[in-house]
Amino acid sequence: MMLSVDHVTKFFNRNTPSEVHALDDVSLSLQEKEFVVIIGSNGSGKTTLLNLIAGNYFSDAGKISIDGNDVTAKPDYQRSKWIARIFQDPLSGTAPDLTLLDNFRLASLRTKRKGFRIGITKKFRTEVQDRISVLNLGLENKLDTLVGKLSGGQRQAITLLMASFDRPKILLLDEPTAALDPRSSEIVIRLADQLIRDNELTAILVTHNLRYAAEYGSRLIMMSKGKIFREYSSAEKKSIAVGDLQQLFL
Amino acid sequence: MEFYFSALLLGLAFCSMGFGIYISLRIFNIPDITTDGSYTLGAAVTAVLLTKGISLPIILLITIISGAAAGAATGMIHTRLRIQPLLAGILVMTSLYSVNLSIMGRSNIPLITTAHFENIFSFLLQDNLQWLGVFLIFMIVLLAFLSWLLKTDFGVAMRATGNSEMMVRALGVNTQNMKVIGLAIANALTAVSGFLVCQFQQFTDINMGIGIVIFGLGSVMMGEAFFSVLKSQSIVVRLLSVVLGCIVFRMIIALTLSLGVNPTWLKLVTAVIVLIVVGIPNLKKTS
Repeated sequence: MMLSVDHVTKFFNRNTPSEVHALDDVSLSLQEKEFVVIIGSNGSGKTTLLNLIAGNYFSDAGKISIDGNDVTAKPDYQRSKWIARIFQDPLSGTAPDLTLLDNFRLASLRTKRKGFRIGITKKFRTEVQDRISVLNLGLENKLDTLVGKLSGGQRQAITLLMASFDRPKILLLDEPTAALDPRSSEIVIRLADQLIRDNELTAILVTHNLRYAAEYGSRLIMMSKGKIFREYSSAEKKSIAVGDLQQLFL
Repeated sequence: MEFYFSALLLGLAFCSMGFGIYISLRIFNIPDITTDGSYTLGAAVTAVLLTKGISLPIILLITIISGAAAGAATGMIHTRLRIQPLLAGILVMTSLYSVNLSIMGRSNIPLITTAHFENIFSFLLQDNLQWLGVFLIFMIVLLAFLSWLLKTDFGVAMRATGNSEMMVRALGVNTQNMKVIGLAIANALTAVSGFLVCQFQQFTDINMGIGIVIFGLGSVMMGEAFFSVLKSQSIVVRLLSVVLGCIVFRMIIALTLSLGVNPTWLKLVTAVIVLIVVGIPNLKKTS
């Protein structure tokens, strides 16, 4: 089992009048190379689940393990050994005041120590150039440009490339296209799918776009009120249409 | 002329602090008030050890360690107790006043009779030129060290921490530790300025650090204003802009004094200069 979430519960503002029961005894497991899509209305617990897996905050009950390792008590920066993330906000996944090359250097060290060595060498530069040219966005000659000068779509594409740079075991995508225009969304979701296939990643995609939910991934989960409301196996998912999914929300 | 030369020397002596402020302000987005205390701390430690006849390299080392400890304290209060960096800095700065006073044992220590840099270099150069040599060497060594450090993998992670914390954590960096280390480096650099200035002015005073952070912030911002025309991303250029900012700021203050402005108004003049540097770009934007 690559990822196992075992009876996880999460409260926000526990024991206060504004208490929210964000996740209620949720269990979920992913085999290696599985690509699970999660849908659900706002407040259904999708993003909370993703943040718990990434280690942004800790669960109030339950256990999370990655590739056989119990990570329940490990903070986010220790789980980066296995997990790479794409955030909803294109600004969160990159450092805007650093150059493209600096950003890629950090991404290449996701699982490694950031030591006292100048890692941005000629060789590294060519390596990044080669990888970036795959995007066909003309960014291969802009390695010394500050990432903040790029468009949201370009930044999200860069974040995806950075995420796959150091071969993660698990890729978490939290509404990666929510802030993008339709054309950029299309580019980014296709790139994500391609990277997941090429690198044989285990992945979770949280999305509000039901067409993407129907089109991509090997399994589909619908969440509601902090619980898994419906689950479609890969066989069931093949026959599902966008219209069927829309019905679930009504 | 002598007057402006002294201003140049002071400007160079303050470069170390300028680099420190550059790290806390520009890399971590923290206006670090601890500076007022750690600058005096550096001068206090230096003065006491000088009068005890300890050798300069050891004094420098202890100065760096004590400044780093002050910065780390602010960093720990900010990251572990989740207190705003501004308040954390004020707390440490206030505590340092007592610490400094107890280190010094009195509020002022004259250093006219003790051995210091000037005497070491006296075989080489005359009078103020010796100080120019000492301060230039310090500035160049620190500039070289910092531009190397910020280019290393550790340095890239450090620069990204203040810029996109979410991303950096997701890439496996303990950003809390990074902030503590960054503030420790910044205040160690500030303490080195205290080490240099107290020897140059030949005394340490408990109040010498009051408002010094404003001078540092102003120098960094002024330097950036000069260098913004270059549109350079280079770290060396940015650090050089800090050097220029420190010197120009000191020159402006010297000019003000030479115009006959009463020294009583010095802090106000300093604050107004910083206000002008920070405010003018915003004025243009709104109109």
